[in-house]
Formats: sequence, C-alpha cells, structure tokens
Amino acid sequence: MATTTDHHSAHGDVHAHDDHKPGFFSRWFMSTNHKDIGTLYLIFAIFAGIIGGAISGIMRLELDHPGIQVLASVNHFLGVTSATMDQNLHLWNVLITAHGLIMVFFMVMPAMIGGFGNWFVPIMIGAPDMAFPRMNNISFWLTVAGFCSLMISPFVPGGTGNGAGIGWTAYAPLSTSGSQGPAVDFAIFSLHLAGAGSIMGAINFITTILNMRAPGMTLHKMPLFVWSMLVTAFLLLLALPVLAAAITMLITDRNFGTTFFDASGGGDPVLFQHLFWFFGHPEVYIMILPGFGMISQIVSTFSKKPVFGYLGMAYAMVAIGVVGFVVWAHHMYTTGLSEDVKMYFTTATMVIAVPTGIKIFSWIATMWGGSISFKSPMVWAIGFIFLFTVGGVTGVVLANGGIDDNVQDTYYVVGHFHYVLSLGAVTALFAGFYYWFPKMSGRWHSELLSYLHFAVFFVGVNLIFFPMHFLGLQGMPRRYPDYAAAFEYWNHISTIGYKVMAASMVIFFVNIIYALVAGKKAEGNYWGEGANTLEWTLSSPPPFHQFETLPVIGDDDHH
Amino acid sequence: MKPGGFVQTISRFMKVLGLALVLLATPRIAEAQSAAPAAAAPVVAASAAAPVAVASAASDRFAVAPGGYTPMKPTAGKGMPVAGGIGFQTQYSPNGQYALWMHNSILLPVIVGVTIFVLLLLVWVVIRFNARANPVPSRTSHNTLLEVIWTGIPILILLVVFVPSMKLLAKQYKALPADALTVKATGNQWYWSYAYPDNGGFEVISNILPAGEATKRGEPEQLGADYRMVVPAGEPIRLQTAGADVIHSFSVPSLWFKLDAVPGRVNEKMLFISEPGVYYGQCSELCGARHGYMPIVVEALPRPQYNAWVMTHAGAKVDGAPAPAAAPAASAPPASATPAPAA
Repeated sequence: MATTTDHHSAHGDVHAHDDHKPGFFSRWFMSTNHKDIGTLYLIFAIFAGIIGGAISGIMRLELDHPGIQVLASVNHFLGVTSATMDQNLHLWNVLITAHGLIMVFFMVMPAMIGGFGNWFVPIMIGAPDMAFPRMNNISFWLTVAGFCSLMISPFVPGGTGNGAGIGWTAYAPLSTSGSQGPAVDFAIFSLHLAGAGSIMGAINFITTILNMRAPGMTLHKMPLFVWSMLVTAFLLLLALPVLAAAITMLITDRNFGTTFFDASGGGDPVLFQHLFWFFGHPEVYIMILPGFGMISQIVSTFSKKPVFGYLGMAYAMVAIGVVGFVVWAHHMYTTGLSEDVKMYFTTATMVIAVPTGIKIFSWIATMWGGSISFKSPMVWAIGFIFLFTVGGVTGVVLANGGIDDNVQDTYYVVGHFHYVLSLGAVTALFAGFYYWFPKMSGRWHSELLSYLHFAVFFVGVNLIFFPMHFLGLQGMPRRYPDYAAAFEYWNHISTIGYKVMAASMVIFFVNIIYALVAGKKAEGNYWGEGANTLEWTLSSPPPFHQFETLPVIGDDDHH
Repeated sequence: MKPGGFVQTISRFMKVLGLALVLLATPRIAEAQSAAPAAAAPVVAASAAAPVAVASAASDRFAVAPGGYTPMKPTAGKGMPVAGGIGFQTQYSPNGQYALWMHNSILLPVIVGVTIFVLLLLVWVVIRFNARANPVPSRTSHNTLLEVIWTGIPILILLVVFVPSMKLLAKQYKALPADALTVKATGNQWYWSYAYPDNGGFEVISNILPAGEATKRGEPEQLGADYRMVVPAGEPIRLQTAGADVIHSFSVPSLWFKLDAVPGRVNEKMLFISEPGVYYGQCSELCGARHGYMPIVVEALPRPQYNAWVMTHAGAKVDGAPAPAAAPAASAPPASATPAPAA
C-alpha cells in the first residue's frame, strides 16, 4: 500500500487553506480542477445520454409495427408542421445519425474518458492534477460547443428535410452532393470541435501518465484503469486527426468545389470510407478500453485479490490497440474489395479475439480463488463480462468476409455493436459509476436500487438487442424506418425491451437523487479490504487538491 | 484454491465443451451433406408457377420458350424473410449453401460453445468463490501455463474457423467464364435500374409497389417491385453494380449476395442461382430519405423462359444469337423514373 503522510490519510486534507474552493462561476465555468472537470463531463454525458436515449425511444416506437406511425408527430414537435412523407422519412435518417453521434461522441467518450478518466487517472497515479489543467478546461468546453453545433443541425435544412440524415458514418457522396443545406455542415463541424477537444484530452492524459506518476509508481505498477486510459489516449491521438482530415475534406467537397470523394472529379467515394474507418475502428476500442480498465479494478476489489496476469492484461490492451489500427476495412467488405484484401482483413480481425479472450479469462481467473462480495459494482461487472462475451463472439462471425456478405448492414451488425457498446461500454459505465459515486460525491447511493437497476436493465437490453441478431440473419437491413411484415415479431419484442430498459433508467435517476438528498456519508475506503488503489487513501469526496505531498509507492506494492 | 486445481477444472470444462460442440455439430453436418448434392449440380427444376419442359439450361442457350413472359408468382417463404424467423434464409446458390453450412456448423457451435463456457465459469466462480463459501482469498496472480493455454486454445479455435472462411472467399471470387451473361444493376435515389448489355442493351426500371398493391399481387409488402431483375437460373451471371447518385447496395439475402453500388466505379461479382424462383432483397447502404423503399426483386427463370422475357423488350436480342426483328414493346417498362409513393 502506498505510504502517505498523515494529513493525506482517510480524514482528508486538514489544512483549510489547501481546500479553498473558488466561487460558483469560476469553479464550474472556468474550472481547472480535474475532479470538477470530471464531474462536469459526467453531468454532460448523462444529459447527452438522455437525449440520445430518447431518440432511440422514438426509433423503437416507430419500429414497433410496420408502416410509418410516429415520425410525423416528431416532425411537428420539431417545428415542421404538415411535413411531407419524404420529410418524415428524412427525419428517420436524422434520428439515426443523431443517436449514433450523440452516443459515441457525447455520451460514452465524455463519460469514460472525460468523466472517470479525469477524476481517477491523476488520483490513481498519485498526482495532484492533470498536467495541463487549462487545456483540460478547453477540452470540456469544446465538447459542449460541439454538442451545441450538433443540436442546431436538426433545425436547419439538410437536403430532403431539416437535419443531417447521413448516418454517423457520413459516407460520401450522401454527405456531400447528396445533402444540400447547412445541417450537414453543422454536424460535421460538431465532430471537428469534439475531436479537437478529445485530441487535447489525449495529449493531457499521455503527458500526465508519463510524467506525473508518484515516486515508485513505475509503468508496471500502474493500476489497469490507468493503463487502459494510456492506451485509449494514444488511440485518440493517432486516430482522431485522420477523422479530422476526412471530415475537413467533406467540408471542402461540400462548400469549396474540391472532389476528394467525387468520382467525376477524379476522387473516390470509397476513399472516405477507408479514412473514416481508419479512425472508426480504433474509435470502438476507445469506447471500450476504459471500460476494460474499470472492470479490472472492480473485479480485483471485490474478489479481494490482485488482478490475475497483470502484465498480460496491460499488454493485451496494448495489443488490442495496435491490431485495432490494421483491421478497418472489415467495415467495408461489400464495397468491392479484392480477394486478397478481404482475406487479409478477415485474418487480422480474427486475431483480435485472442487478446480479448485473454482479458475475459483473466477477469474470471481474478475471481477464481477470491472471496467475492457481490456489491452492486461487482454485479454490474459480472454482467459486463458475460454481455461483452456475447458481443465479442458475434464479432468473430462478422470478421469473416464471406459470411459478412449476407449480414453487412443488417440488424445483425446493429445487435453486435450494441452488445459491445450499449451492453458492454454502458454496463461498464454503470459499474464504474456505482463503484466511484460515493467517492466522488461523498454520499452513498442505495445498493438495493442499484441491484434493481441492474436486474431491470439486464432484462431490458437483452430483450432489445438479442432479437436484432435474428432480424439481421433473416435479412432486415439497418437504418430502415419501415419493414416487411415478417420482421414485425422480433421488432415488437425489441420495442418492449426498450420500455423495460427505460424503466431501469428511472430507477437509476431515483437512485442518484436519493443519494444526493438523503444518502449516508461515505467513508474514505468504503469498499474496505481489496480496494487498494490510491483513491481509497483519500476522503470521500477527496480534498479539492490532493497529494500536495506525493505518496510514495513501495517496492512490494501490487497493482 | 491452488492454481493446479484451476487448471484441472479448466480442462474438465474443456472436455465438456468439446463434447457439446460435437453434439451441436453432428446433426448440422448431416444436414449439410444432404444439401450438398443439390448445391453441386445446378438443377433447373421447373417451378409450379412457371411450368415448362426443359432438359437443361446449358443445352440450349438460344432457345426461346413460346408464350412470352408472365411474371412468376413468388412461393411463400422462398427467397423472402419468414415471420419470426431466427436464422438465415434458405440459400439458393452453391456459395450461399457453403456459407450457410459454415455459419451453422462451425461458427454457431463455436460462438455458442464459447459463450456457454464463459457463462459456466462465471456461475461456478459466483457459487464457489463468494465470500461465504471462501472467506479467505488466495493471492494467486500468475500462472504461466494457464496463460499460455488460454492464448493457445483460442488460436486453435480460430484456425478451425479460418480454413473454411478462406475457402468461402476463394469460392466467392472464382473467375467467371468469359461468356457469362452480364447484368448491370444501377442504384438510383430511390429505385433500381437493370441493364442487359448482352441482350441488346435494354434497361428495366424497378420501383417499389405502392402500399396495398403488393398484397394484391401476392407479394410481400415493402419487398415487391413493379418490374423485376429477370435472370437465367443455373448459370453464372456477371452482376455489376454502380451508383447513379449516392452509394446504394444490391443485396439478396437468400442468394448470399451483397455488393455496394458506388458512383464512379463498377463492382462485379458472380451471381449463381441454382433454381428458378423469385428472390427478394433490399437496398443495404443508407442512400437518403427513401432508402427503405427501393426493394430488389430477382426472378430466376430457365434459359428459354428468360430468353422469352428478353424478347418482350424493344431492340432486344438473345445473348449471342443473331438479332431478330424487334419484338412488340407492349410490356416494356415505362421510361419514367419517378418512384412510386410509399406508405
């Protein structure tokens, strides 16, 4: 265990002048404190998640039965009275686009990286704050600005109707010559802003982790959550500039007469897909790796055992990150790739199953021989391991270029990536939330409500997404507002699942409100034995500035 | 618990898993074997809807069946999704049957097996190593043998998948014979057009049937089109795709066929349909407002019937045959490209 001086014990910082907080406006709008910025990110992510989740609710209602039922009323709600059928159908594309962009860029990433990353990376490595506190502030506000730009987009013309109906993948030429009007420019610009924020965040994390570790904390002693954030930050740093380049080329194709993605000017629409997925595939690991890190911390804490195969776990994440950069074209199997290219990407993609398997088995081996207490974060973590496995194995099916010819762009793909994201990343987020919420707020949530939240959520999301595999195998294409009668049965089940999941979110919010209003005060190390990373040496909530005297990590300390 | 015990338990699990895999695979392999001969020989069976007496499509490429062309009635459940279905559609191409076999007999048992294995491990851990059952945690955090095993076994499993996966890709990319019939499908916002360069270069414009009309014609709603892409059954077809405006994707699930239609490039792939029938598909790349309203209907006919269909178009000629006099244009598709209103 880390050796800390007395006044950094669980009683927190006793020097009042060390804990001086700025006024409300300076504290929350000009914040340079990593914990405050982390809190802002989490609040923002929850807010964006509500909007993105509401949009998926509209989509599930529309898909409950064949025909077009709710799109006209949604258009009316957005201020378009007497919309034509084409405008209603365009709105569908706007909804799928907004849902994807919001959930990826403004919910999962801010929560994982901005929220938990900001909060716990400095604390876990024994640093007082992030390396560049002001840049940290800009990162957050750029994300907010990006979100605002995206929120303007549905209210301005975007081609057939208002809003950007280009899918989160923004394939040219639908996103260039196929969509006239400023809506698409707003959507693209929102990615520029959020991307710039994320690149700065990545620089901040890399600098912090490489330079600000407490004395004695070598790279191989860092908690796995920090490892996961380090790998994630490198992925962000290498992948996001490629996205920035690709969408800048979209902007110039749209507005300044270039033809990067226009065949009539010597460009190539498929080039955009290569660039997009060169970013897009690492992006999916950006969304899940921090979750891997959190699950490792949680499983170790509640098994009261050090993580099994620590080095294997750390380097499995590095391997996933590296291989993640050379598999992008498996998103493009039907674009007309040659045989050799398809064989290569099939092989490379299947290789990812190996480090992923190492992680799953190492988590189980960490539990093996442990003395497991099933507090709410652990229940969520076990749920994660199973759900992520289900999402992972369908990835092995999709990896095969020849098989993918039939399931590409069907609901099978939608089911697959929601199992790894909506059920994987989001489940990890909730696990992390219940793990650290008392640490961050100083107050206990209700464990009972947390279990209930898990149970209802687990049933709901499986009902939503498992039938999607059936729909996809039967051939239902994705991004369809309407479908043949044969697809009604499983779509209806899926919509029922959404309602169950929505009920679980109510439980979640009741739980937060309960904790903030009437929650018991949390101690410094409220999980007790097994919770031995540095955040547990601080009070709950930690002092405004922690580790003014750096903790020293001894040789015999484990991770 | 000692690490040795863990290894023992793992190996026991593996044995059970292996047995489960064998049990799962056995009936499927048998099923695939019985299906294989049908796939190997391109049998052109006369369908009930279009009764004709033809020996073989290959024998008379230029024969024109008398009686012109009547659109074939679809067979319920064939070439279309079935209500509440949970698996792939029945496949009507040899490569599709191979892919289906690979999915059902290799991939599915593997992924179900792995998932059940992980689930069993989790259940076991929860029962055996909860705080009440095991109050004193072990401190084991390394076991090189174990780590080698759980890296090596997944690699072996992947090799089992890898071999048929590569075979499937090789089959799908097998070169077409030079004289294969070429059909070009062009995706437009929001309809398909099909050109027949080998048959005189006529073009068929295919729009979705308006709501209600499909039911009237005995076709599934959302899937029916006014004019179909008609092709000969039992012979390889060079299907080319291109996009006229944005990217579309030509997809027919029951033929295991999907190929993007990209503006500015021509993609090409072999389409082989084993038996006559009507096969439905839908555009599978987001292409704007009516992405969901540009179905694909492929009608495969024996060669003479196909040739008869060809001859219903103005300026048409039978593939390779000397051009006959222009046929009446009565049933030629309309030149109008306006999509029918949906919903």
